Amino acid sequence: MSDVAEKAKSMVNTDEVAIQINQMHKWYGEFHVLKNINLTVPRGERIVICGPSGSGKSTMIRCINRLEEHQQGEIIVDGIELTNDLKNIDAIRREVGMVFQHFNLFPHLTVLENCTLAPIWVRKTPKQEAEETAMHFLNKVKIPEQAHKYPGQLSGGQQQRVAIARSLCMNPRIMLFDEPTSALDPEMISEVLETMIDLAKTGMTMLCVTHEMGFARKVADRVIFMDGGEIIEENEPEEFFTNPQNDRTKLFLSQILNH
Amino acid sequence: MNITTQSYKPGEHPSLPPPRNLVGPVKWAKDNLFGSITNTILTIVAVYLLYLIVPAILDYFFFNAAFEGSSRAECREIAKGACWAFIDERISVFTYGFYPVEERWRPNLAFVLLFVALAPVLFDKVPYRGKLLVFSLLYPLLAVLLIVGPVSVESMHFSQGVSGPLTWLVIFAFASALFVYGSKTHNALAMVVGIVPAGFVLVAFFLSDALWISIPDSIGLTNAADDIYIFEPVDTHLFGGVLLTIIIGVTGITLSLPIGIVLALGRYSNLPAIRTLCIMFIEFIRGVPLITLLFVASTMLSYFLPPGTDFDLLLRVLIMVTLFASAYMAEVIRGGLQSLPKGQFEAADAMGLKYWQTMRHIILPQALKVSIPGIVNTFIGLYKDTTLVLIIGLLDILGVGKTAISDPAWNGLSTEVYVFVAVFFFVSCFGMSRYSLYLERKLHTGHKR
Ligand SMILES: Nc1ncnc2c1ncn2[C@@H]1O[C@H](COP(=O)(O)OP(=O)(O)OP(=O)(O)O)[C@@H](O)[C@H]1O
Ligand SMILES: [Mg+2]
Repeated sequence: MSDVAEKAKSMVNTDEVAIQINQMHKWYGEFHVLKNINLTVPRGERIVICGPSGSGKSTMIRCINRLEEHQQGEIIVDGIELTNDLKNIDAIRREVGMVFQHFNLFPHLTVLENCTLAPIWVRKTPKQEAEETAMHFLNKVKIPEQAHKYPGQLSGGQQQRVAIARSLCMNPRIMLFDEPTSALDPEMISEVLETMIDLAKTGMTMLCVTHEMGFARKVADRVIFMDGGEIIEENEPEEFFTNPQNDRTKLFLSQILNH
Repeated sequence: MNITTQSYKPGEHPSLPPPRNLVGPVKWAKDNLFGSITNTILTIVAVYLLYLIVPAILDYFFFNAAFEGSSRAECREIAKGACWAFIDERISVFTYGFYPVEERWRPNLAFVLLFVALAPVLFDKVPYRGKLLVFSLLYPLLAVLLIVGPVSVESMHFSQGVSGPLTWLVIFAFASALFVYGSKTHNALAMVVGIVPAGFVLVAFFLSDALWISIPDSIGLTNAADDIYIFEPVDTHLFGGVLLTIIIGVTGITLSLPIGIVLALGRYSNLPAIRTLCIMFIEFIRGVPLITLLFVASTMLSYFLPPGTDFDLLLRVLIMVTLFASAYMAEVIRGGLQSLPKGQFEAADAMGLKYWQTMRHIILPQALKVSIPGIVNTFIGLYKDTTLVLIIGLLDILGVGKTAISDPAWNGLSTEVYVFVAVFFFVSCFGMSRYSLYLERKLHTGHKR
């Protein structure tokens, strides 16, 4: 292990730091998509990531649970460094839940089965217990009555809430959201955001890529602005929206706020 | 009817039944038969053609057909139509080929048990499904034992000295120990490496003549010298007719699906060595006609095998037919795999599911479901292709039929034979296609996104 990595690791106190990203770079072939990403997320912090399309937001949060591989630098999640070691990857994926833009529910399984699959097979939870947990979280996202339906029979907003419940059933310590509301019709956005606000109140560590500025204002501890594969600016929501420093941030904010 | 003109307050309009002329047979006939002038003309012409053809066909095959008689000439005296007496006289050859008459209860029993074994696989509302599935797994062994009888495995006999049986025992002990070790330490590789040879030894012993002939013989239960057996071995050369067709068809169908799945996953895998191997296999097998493979099985293989080895022709044919169907099956299933959005894999990965868990619970159920039409297509193609074995001298139902036609007493009755064979295949294949429709409906779970 290199000197830098050694030092960084000693700095990480797993009780307080959920995610630590040091000098991380990623390329897609020749294309340098993430450039020198540095980010420390204390446990319980809620971060909103925004930025123009193609700026690398999705890629960055997908690196955190190894849906994408980074080529340089280090990522430490929950005290475990992400390497090619499958054991580490599995351990991290057990602790990190993810919600996708297109829900990615399993259409051939009922809502309840969607929620119990991973607990049963990954955590080896007994079926009955897994179902109780699932009903608990389906209650939390306010759709217990849909438990025996198939995803194809639900509205978009309901599907996304199922997806959130499904992630929570694994009892993750960190939740990643990649534009959870941008595939939804306007009247369904608020029901999903409410669910996320409820989740934030429980003290969950959340990283959320979204352009819902109302949500950012309400729950975020910190807003991160990315462009061209770099973190351009980060600040508390109030400061970030009222007093952006960088020109690109100003341009971006003017575009989405006047929209 | 003034339902539509009745007015309701905004927001209070109730749901009403559809107007009468939108449902029912009248509506169907109007839409499908008399929708337009062209449609009406076509309907009338079609009805007239049916009127010309159908009575003639019924006349030939049923009303004017001869069901009794002992030669073609006798048939002709009775009636002008089809001579079913011919089929009737030959029915046992059509069914069993030359399988010994006094042993025919064995394939009969195997055939009945086939349905017991298939029921829990095909339908999920079967009572005691779990237990029956175990039977389904063991059925192939039972079927081989019933239909073929004990297989000669000389090295299992103590009459050949102790070393032979001992070797088998050592292999079994070592392999099962490895399996137990693997299951204790959750080492999948050790489990697989252990279970394969251990299972092989068990299967070989279960089917061997050591178990069914020499042991019962030595304790006086049977007497092989006087031809008294529990199960007498039956030479596979004697198999024929429907029996042979079903053996080849069912073996090919049941084995090609799992092998095809493995090949498809291999071709879809990220590991270059496995992927290349699967691609080479699939492309080679697909690139060669089945007849060529059958010729290889029947003639060329004996050049490659060490001299003196007697490798059953039927077994060779079964292997070739299975491999052939597997290659096609793999491509059909790969199509299904490719139809799944990437998000399904990502969601499974993000939840920490392992490769095989993802495949088993998420990817394959969906991929197989979309592939059902293609899979059944391959099944039906394979089933009908079994008739090609007549070229290398196996007498399946079509082969038996062809030899029957050349019987001088029944000269010139090829129509009856071919119609009989056609009806047999049609019934089997139509059954398969109906089942696939049932399965598709059952697995339908609402609209896709
Ligand atoms: N698999 C890939 N191969 C090559 N390039 C990719 C791949 N995935 C993404 N990219 C590129 O990487 C860049 C960052 O993509 P990313 O999806 O992270 O953007 P984003 O910030 O999430 O954008 P959006 O708001 O549109 O979702 C884009 O320019 C995209 O074209
Ligand atoms: Mg994105």
